[in-house]
Amino acid sequence: MNELAYTAAFFIFAAITVASAIGVVTKNDLVHSALLLALCFIGVSGLYVLLQADFLAAVQILIYNGAIAIVFVLGTMLTRRSARHGTNDTEKNIPSRVVAVVSGLFVVVTLGVIATTPWHYFGEGVVEDTPSLIAQFILTDYMVAMEAAAVLLLAAMIGAIVLAKGVEE
Amino acid sequence: MIGLAHFLTVAAMVFAIGLYGVLTKRTIIGILMSIELMLNAVNINLIAFSHFITPEALTGQIFAIFTITVAAAEVAVGLAMVFRVYHDRNTVHAARLDEMHW
Repeated sequence: MNELAYTAAFFIFAAITVASAIGVVTKNDLVHSALLLALCFIGVSGLYVLLQADFLAAVQILIYNGAIAIVFVLGTMLTRRSARHGTNDTEKNIPSRVVAVVSGLFVVVTLGVIATTPWHYFGEGVVEDTPSLIAQFILTDYMVAMEAAAVLLLAAMIGAIVLAKGVEE
Repeated sequence: MIGLAHFLTVAAMVFAIGLYGVLTKRTIIGILMSIELMLNAVNINLIAFSHFITPEALTGQIFAIFTITVAAAEVAVGLAMVFRVYHDRNTVHAARLDEMHW
């Protein structure tokens, strides 16, 4: 019963993720694309929960849905033109059918590789308390990398302000 | 029984959809959204490998945290550039921004 519920939850979240991802690239209105992107992020965070990454599921919803999707909607509104065509059309000069076929081939090749690779599972190690373990790793083994990420975020913040506001003064 | 291959399949599909979007979208914002889809597919892969291959080490989850950090920085700088380009050129269509195209 538990197994059945897990399988059902996986397929529901996978369907939400893939369907809304297809919607993101096929919708002609940029606002619809941004909202479907938020739905796709929610599906991905459901997959994280199924993978017992509860901290990352929360981070996914907070950062991707709370910040990135909202910023995309804001950017869409601030750069809106008179929409004669859709705001998120596909490029006319690019043969989109060819690109779709190439992307489909990419999936087929990847599925072949996944099916033929012998995976070595290391058991179902149940980690109860992910946040405290991640905190320990980040503050001991990966401390330099975390400081670099902090510097990157600071640089991105300053760069975004300078780019968007200009440096006239 | 849901295994590693199922999660990798979902991630491959989302990555291919993002690839299609990057190559075919007209506006810069659409291209940025597709890049976000691809980064999410990578995150699914990292966390699935972390769960099934090295359940105790959590290395994949920490990698995913850094990927999310870089994605957030990329969106902030990318959209700031979009605003700047829109302010200067009055367009966000990638095909019309061809000043550096020889």
